[in-house]
Amino acid sequence: MALTNEIIKDRLINKFGDQVTGFEEPYGLLTFEAPKDLNLKVLQYLYDDAELKFQFLTDICAVHYPGNQGRELAVVYHLHNLADNIRLRFKVFTDINSPDIFTAVNLYSTANWMERETYDFFGINFVGHPNLRRIQNVDEMDYFPMRKEFPLEDQTRIDKDDAMFGR
Amino acid sequence: MSRPVQYNVKNEGGKPIQVVGSPEGHMGEGFFTTKLSNVVGLARKNSIWPLPFATSCCGIEFMATMGSHYDLARFGAERVGFSPRQCDLLMVMGTIAKKMGPVLRQVYLQMAEPRWVLSMGACASSGGIFDTYSVLQGIDQIIPVDVYIPGCPPRPEAVLDGFMKIQELVGKESIRRRNGEQYKQLMESYGIQ
Repeated sequence: MALTNEIIKDRLINKFGDQVTGFEEPYGLLTFEAPKDLNLKVLQYLYDDAELKFQFLTDICAVHYPGNQGRELAVVYHLHNLADNIRLRFKVFTDINSPDIFTAVNLYSTANWMERETYDFFGINFVGHPNLRRIQNVDEMDYFPMRKEFPLEDQTRIDKDDAMFGR
Repeated sequence: MSRPVQYNVKNEGGKPIQVVGSPEGHMGEGFFTTKLSNVVGLARKNSIWPLPFATSCCGIEFMATMGSHYDLARFGAERVGFSPRQCDLLMVMGTIAKKMGPVLRQVYLQMAEPRWVLSMGACASSGGIFDTYSVLQGIDQIIPVDVYIPGCPPRPEAVLDGFMKIQELVGKESIRRRNGEQYKQLMESYGIQ
């Protein structure tokens, strides 16, 4: 029997009960979330299970929801079951004041650079990452540029000459 | 039908041939005197070795400029060097990300004096449309620039115009400029030396 979103959902609920929530299927892509302490357990289960076999990590990214009190930052894992060609999205949310999330490097080696990038742009602190430092931006940067913390245009900037840019 | 070779060799029809004029000076039978800086300037400006530092679409326009249609070689600059140690003119073409900044600076530092810098296009000159956290807002924040070429990207004609402006600067430069106090201050303002 082919693996379907329904089966995956049932197995997750069997295993984790009401810890896994927010199931939806936009455009047929199974999406759900779990508490951030459980992220490794859920990933490990999806990886190890003989039927689920989500053994390919397509992407890790983060999203900043500034209005979402206490769960401002979302880390999204995109997983792929190569045998059955099924994908899913798995989200964990965290407080922006303590953005600590367990690293998935020990499970998926490919997570190494993806987590560095997510740290670089969103400041997610991946606990246990072997080399968590900036990967794309300059090392001296002291902010996380993709967070929605910045005004669209900073009027106090001095690196652009106002006279030349019509401000 | 292709044009006969004679056309190029014999100059039939008396087409004007441009030859670089001699600098100001005194001439008599068998001798010519002028200032040393004029002669040096004349030699330098017609044998500039450019170092292309091309990072994006301006580099593609530069390739067109080097090609046979526009032909930068007509200005004595056909020898494009890819070693900063041998080159006279650093042509910065394209967006310079902040992370590329130290690399560009290193390349500039490796060039031997006298050296000139040409900043081609909106991105190299001011950051251009990339008014963002990762892009250097103009290379003049890290190295001194002699000529800016506006445009996004500039046409090859604009590059030739900018190159001729560089030639003008090179030809008129005093032979002692690079030892002067003003030049020293300029370098110090960029933290060089």
